[in-house]
Amino acid sequence: MNIYVCVKQVPDTEASILVKDGKSINEAAIKWIVSPYDEYAIEEALKLKEKIPASMLTAVCLGPERVQNALRTALAMGADRAVHVECTVALDYQNTARALAQVIRMDKDFGVIFMGKQAIDDDAYQLHILLAEELGIPAATNVMAFALEEQKVKVEREIDEGAREKIEMAVPCVVAAAKGLNTPRYASMMGIMKAKKVEIKKITLSEIGIDESQNRIRLLKLSAPAEKPQGRIIPGEPAAAVHELVRLLREEAKVL
Amino acid sequence: MANIGLYMELKDGVFKKSNRELLSLARKSGQPVHAVLFCQDTQPYMEELKGIQTVVQVKGADLSYQPDRYARTLAAVIQEYKLDIFCGIFSAQGKDLFPRLAAKAKASLVSDCLAVDLDKRQALKPVYSGKLLAEYRIDAGTALFTVRPNVIAVETTAAAATPEVRTVAMDSGELGTKITEVLKSASQKIDLTEAEIIVSGGRAMKGKENFIILEDLAKVLNAGVGASRAAVDAGFATSDMQVGQTGKVVNPKLYVACGISGAIQHFVGMKTSKIIVAVNKDPEAPIFKKADYGIVGDLFVVVPLLKEEFRKEMS
Repeated sequence: MNIYVCVKQVPDTEASILVKDGKSINEAAIKWIVSPYDEYAIEEALKLKEKIPASMLTAVCLGPERVQNALRTALAMGADRAVHVECTVALDYQNTARALAQVIRMDKDFGVIFMGKQAIDDDAYQLHILLAEELGIPAATNVMAFALEEQKVKVEREIDEGAREKIEMAVPCVVAAAKGLNTPRYASMMGIMKAKKVEIKKITLSEIGIDESQNRIRLLKLSAPAEKPQGRIIPGEPAAAVHELVRLLREEAKVL
Repeated sequence: MANIGLYMELKDGVFKKSNRELLSLARKSGQPVHAVLFCQDTQPYMEELKGIQTVVQVKGADLSYQPDRYARTLAAVIQEYKLDIFCGIFSAQGKDLFPRLAAKAKASLVSDCLAVDLDKRQALKPVYSGKLLAEYRIDAGTALFTVRPNVIAVETTAAAATPEVRTVAMDSGELGTKITEVLKSASQKIDLTEAEIIVSGGRAMKGKENFIILEDLAKVLNAGVGASRAAVDAGFATSDMQVGQTGKVVNPKLYVACGISGAIQHFVGMKTSKIIVAVNKDPEAPIFKKADYGIVGDLFVVVPLLKEEFRKEMS
């Protein structure tokens, strides 16, 4: 089976994000990482690959030159091949899904496609499903357990607190990973060395007929949210402070 | 004139409270509003639905949630009623259903909206885990928006007009993504993303067994129990309890952070809480810069005192 994992490169979770010109962020001081949910996707894809002899795992990433580092991370963890869709413009979700679908469709034997349930930059929560719909295949989102049994994908996804849905899908399909699915491995030294030697395949947007003129969602403005004014420490012994706190919550904050 | 559609989510037949937020948003627009419900009988919900144009009742032998069938049914409704805008709740089901609907209805979706301008087809949503806000506009086609619970103020309507009820048939086509079973939670936990009050614990909880003191406090407040990533990674709490960038984004009116240092990872998951209370032994903990009220002290002393004080307050 040809397994795929779609990854996105995003700013580190601890990074401060500053708006540059109202529509983009200041990238100068940012450390880039693979989006955390995509790491669960990579790990699950590797586990599946290890179970199926002669299977192949391809990582796909869309973005500017710097995203090759994200692909190197996936390769170092154990992916066999990497495809970089070169893109320096902003594509909307549908257009991004179309671009990824075009790349994956080039492979007639694609099987399970893994990705994170959301990327932690645009927090769109939809790309995996749009990709599946574009390819005409089923998708499950927020997946916390995955199994392949007799050519069927069986997953469990969290719905509300502690409640889960069990889902069955035929292969090919898209599986969107959530935290709790697995614990992503660290790349081994050997993996890192090996990853350096793999040639990353490059595909341009024009080769797959995608451009931003087809966008229907337009970003008008990025802004920093208003900061909360600093609160106050309630002084005194614990019992007195607690008493005062509850009074403030009732009379001042009016949340009780 | 724009036709506005709303997906009214029912959970085990119960009208979700965030549906009222959507109704308030839509009624204010002054445009015709069409609310879609998958139910065998609309009667229990009609009081909630006053002051809108149409109630579209989806009927069928089996109305259990199957994403493909729901999405195809709603895509047909969008087409039949020529809906320019269609909104739903950013709930577990909304996250699953609306992207499918976007694809099937050839529409575009902006999810997790904090504010929606229906006239301009614009919405404000958090990006970079809430470190920034993005304003998006959907230029063409049907515009779909899912709205974060607890954000839009509910306004009771004076308009008493009873909507016309029309029915459409539930799609019964093939299932690509097939839900075979729904496993209910063993405990009746409160959904954190919709909770009005949340009590959360961090690394200073020291162990799994100590979460009982938070659960006791939560019981008094009818609150949900959350945890920081540090607490989840240390095995003190399960991952479904995690609040933060790689966990749940919550939006209660009161958030009580106990023994949580306040790393940005956690803060972005709860910063829109109306009131944040922090309890921490370390007066230098960053959480105090972000909290509305803070108590410097040992959570194992403070939390039981809080429970008693709230018990008095609530009785």
